[in-house]
Amino acid sequence: MAWYSETTTTKKKSKKDLWIKCKKCHSHIYKSEWEENLNVCPNCNYHGSITSYERINLLFDKNTFKELFNNISPKDSLKFNDLKGSYKDKYEATIKKTGLSEAVVTGHGKINGIPAIVAVMDFRFLGGSLGSGTGEKILQAANYAYDNNLPYIIFSASGGARMQEGILSLMQMAKTCAGIARLNKKNIPYISVLINPTTGGVSASYAMVGDLNISEPGALIAFAGRRVIEQTIGEKLPDDFQTSEYLLEHGFIDSIVNRKDMKDYLSNVLSFYNR
Amino acid sequence: MKQKKKMTNKKKSKKPALSAWEIVSISRHPKRPILQNYLSLIVKNFVEFHGDRYYSDDKAMIGGFAEIGGQKVMLIGHNKGKKTNENIERNFGMAKPDGYRKALRLMKLAERFNIPIVTIIDTPGAFPGLEAEERGQAEAIAKNLTEMASIEVPIISVVIGEGGSGGALGIGVGDKILMLSNAIYSVISPEGCASILWRDAKYAPDAANALNLTASDLLRHGVIDEIIKEPGEGAHTDYEAIAESVKKSVLKNLEILKKLSVEELIQSRFEKYSGMGKFSVNQSADRQVNK
Ligand SMILES: [Zn+2]
Repeated sequence: MAWYSETTTTKKKSKKDLWIKCKKCHSHIYKSEWEENLNVCPNCNYHGSITSYERINLLFDKNTFKELFNNISPKDSLKFNDLKGSYKDKYEATIKKTGLSEAVVTGHGKINGIPAIVAVMDFRFLGGSLGSGTGEKILQAANYAYDNNLPYIIFSASGGARMQEGILSLMQMAKTCAGIARLNKKNIPYISVLINPTTGGVSASYAMVGDLNISEPGALIAFAGRRVIEQTIGEKLPDDFQTSEYLLEHGFIDSIVNRKDMKDYLSNVLSFYNR
Repeated sequence: MKQKKKMTNKKKSKKPALSAWEIVSISRHPKRPILQNYLSLIVKNFVEFHGDRYYSDDKAMIGGFAEIGGQKVMLIGHNKGKKTNENIERNFGMAKPDGYRKALRLMKLAERFNIPIVTIIDTPGAFPGLEAEERGQAEAIAKNLTEMASIEVPIISVVIGEGGSGGALGIGVGDKILMLSNAIYSVISPEGCASILWRDAKYAPDAANALNLTASDLLRHGVIDEIIKEPGEGAHTDYEAIAESVKKSVLKNLEILKKLSVEELIQSRFEKYSGMGKFSVNQSADRQVNK
């Protein structure tokens, strides 16, 4: 299910890392300008990737975010080996490289004064794939929201289930949704924000069952991969297929919100819940 | 007589264990019993209901009232075919969003009238097609996973052949998950996994082994509750025997679940799925991040 593995921005390394080439309009943007604009192209509004902590900093009021459950990390319980080596070596290298312990960061804080629990996925960690540790953190954060009557927001960015954990990764879909189901029963708000990309087993579980499903412009949101579908039906698919704009038009997301507006959008929506 | 004695002396070493890839082949055997066979062998009074009330009637997923050994249930399952024309009509058991929505509609109906639910899993996966994406394949499966977590009647899921990823799980959130001894249940097909992680589908046997997709793997990892042993060389060699075993196992597990109160049922289902998966827990170190 984790078929998506493409970096979202192409850095022009040769030119001293000064420039960023926009993946959509191909214009060259000063790196500093790109970053000041929250990794969004000032020319065409293409939303490049940002890390989980960058997003947390954009979202929460200063000094309010407290991380929770970051003592959880992957385990190679299947002793999974492919051509490139063991899963264990792979995630240990990823932990070292990214400083993350799993593909999601969880915690609580205040958004324009409104308290909320969040889970923010990070695509740098094994393509944001949903493993047992990822699912556990997302469930524990849901349980925290349940116990404390706080709204829950998940930012998804994932290629899908983590193949190296086999059936256990598939079961994380049921596990996380069981957490969401309890929030529904208790009328606790759950907002899903689908970031580029949200595909496979993550789109087919918690990401698609928000009371509100929100996205950023141009995000890829899909169940099956484009190539798989093209092979199945034997024809080319339209360019905008599986983009957030396509899903908005087909009724699966509520709104597309620019990154710079996301914080105010969310706090405004949460203010209606009168909690 | 003499021969039998010899066999028992040799204990269990009479047959070498099958490889994961051999089991994959048995699970996909062209003569392997499908839902329709179980319907005619162990189900009486099947009253099929059609349609999701939104778009269509998906023939890859069927459901309705059914009696198994005198027990009235809501039976829902993937509907593979054997002949080519059957498989074309039933889309090889690959359901579209309409199929998952029909399944949920019937589960909700069963819940209202306190009828236990039995789901039969046998699919290569949810259908990966344009119209499936357009009508929300991801949403349909996600909704089922969420709703099934709190359906207030017992749910038994039986994996009879192929448990293909999200398409299988979409009707698979049971209180008890039973699995035939040569069935498979996996996050991705061995071919799909091999083409991604081995860069070539010909490594599917290696991927099958690595993925831990056999019934004994799943039992060991705490994902399923019971293995239903297949006769002889596999379920395809004796339809009556395997159907009878499935019936017995379903009825036995239903009796156990029927003793639970609704609260106990929902709580134990939540705990069952909460406990799925294995991860490392390091020293707790909650920390402040944003400044
Ligand atoms: Zn651009």
